[in-house]
Amino acid sequence: MADEVKLFGMWASPYSRRVELALKLKGIPYEYIEEDLSNKSSLLLKYNPVHQKIPVLVHNGKSIPESLVILEYIDETWRNNPVLLPRDPYKRSIARFWAKFIDEKILITTRKVSFTTGKEQDQAMEELSEQLKLLENELKGKPYFAGEAIGYLDIVVANFLVFWFRNLQEALGINMFTKERFPIIFEWIEKVVAIDVVEVCRIPKERHLVYIRTRLEAIKSASK
Amino acid sequence: MEGAVVLLDFWPSMFGMRTRIALAEKGIKYEYREEDLRNKSDLLLQMNPVHKKIPVLIHNGKPVCESLIQVQYIDEVWNDRAPLLPSDPYKRAIARFWADFVDKKIYDLGSKVWKTKGEEQETAKKEFIESLKLLEGELGDKAYFGGENLGFVDVALIPFYSWFYAYEKCGNFSIEAECPKLIAWAKRCMQKESVAKSLPDKEKVYEFVLHLKKVYGIE
Repeated sequence: MADEVKLFGMWASPYSRRVELALKLKGIPYEYIEEDLSNKSSLLLKYNPVHQKIPVLVHNGKSIPESLVILEYIDETWRNNPVLLPRDPYKRSIARFWAKFIDEKILITTRKVSFTTGKEQDQAMEELSEQLKLLENELKGKPYFAGEAIGYLDIVVANFLVFWFRNLQEALGINMFTKERFPIIFEWIEKVVAIDVVEVCRIPKERHLVYIRTRLEAIKSASK
Repeated sequence: MEGAVVLLDFWPSMFGMRTRIALAEKGIKYEYREEDLRNKSDLLLQMNPVHKKIPVLIHNGKPVCESLIQVQYIDEVWNDRAPLLPSDPYKRAIARFWADFVDKKIYDLGSKVWKTKGEEQETAKKEFIESLKLLEGELGDKAYFGGENLGFVDVALIPFYSWFYAYEKCGNFSIEAECPKLIAWAKRCMQKESVAKSLPDKEKVYEFVLHLKKVYGIE
């Protein structure tokens, strides 16, 4: 019996894109369902009643929400290459630690950068810079975060930083994430974007810039 | 595989309790070091430079940070006994989902219950109970979230039980009245030695919360 894999996602979400990248890297065929987040489908609400969010992976009728949980599920279910998480428990704990750091700390800082101006924004950018430096340290001496080949943490960082954040920074008119300041990360970016499935999973830039600008305007006018 | 195990912790931390329980379930001998959070040790700052928080698990000199990551690490290294995560990938995903839910909801809502008053507190109480009810739904008729034995979600959630009394006193409500099945589950967990010896006495926790309220100037 063939596997039935569906992904409920949203084109501008780095969380959704990270799952797509994992599926594509592993060569897993899937059906993609684009969700309109302002009008969530009844299927999405059925498959993720607790959080009602994307992404949700549905494998043979069983649903798995939360992108990092989905990544581990994919790795444990389809055990072909690339193996996404390191086999060594200590290295796995490090990969999980940094993924959590990105989703919890870096995300909050990028929000501060997006919604503040002047001195407050400068401080937020400084904080973000420090966090990115910590992340960059993890790459030292390795071609990829996962080691010799692309893995779990590369997928998380690529979608968040390489695609989503660089577009956000352009939409905001700031330029703090540069090759000069983060040479090691940028060297890694060049390797990652050369992988063909990574390009396929990239958030389309022009459409994304329009989307970000529209959303920022809407949020700023709502808070006035 | 054994090697030296050290846990940097703080007695009322629900997060530290998770790691204590996991270590106890696996029968791992370790050195417990109490941290004074107003005067963090050099070792803590060295082992967790990013967050500077407890708990920190140190195994053979290498640090593992974040409680749920520690519990998974312990389960993966000492994989010959008392499994905390199931072997089936889908069941593992569900366990991880609910442990993540506990992290996202219970700590923050519980904190709001004891830190706030008036309408803010009423909202926090309501959302807190709603979250516990969702967890009750997931537990269903099972003895533990892990089935016949303690599992990942049990370990993630049970430490909060030591704080329930403090939440109830501060919020003037009864968690048992709203979530009897969950309290029955909690009492069942407390019968396990690994849990009973890892959780502090509820009166001590309440005293600690009263002390914190004074320090923060909360009535």
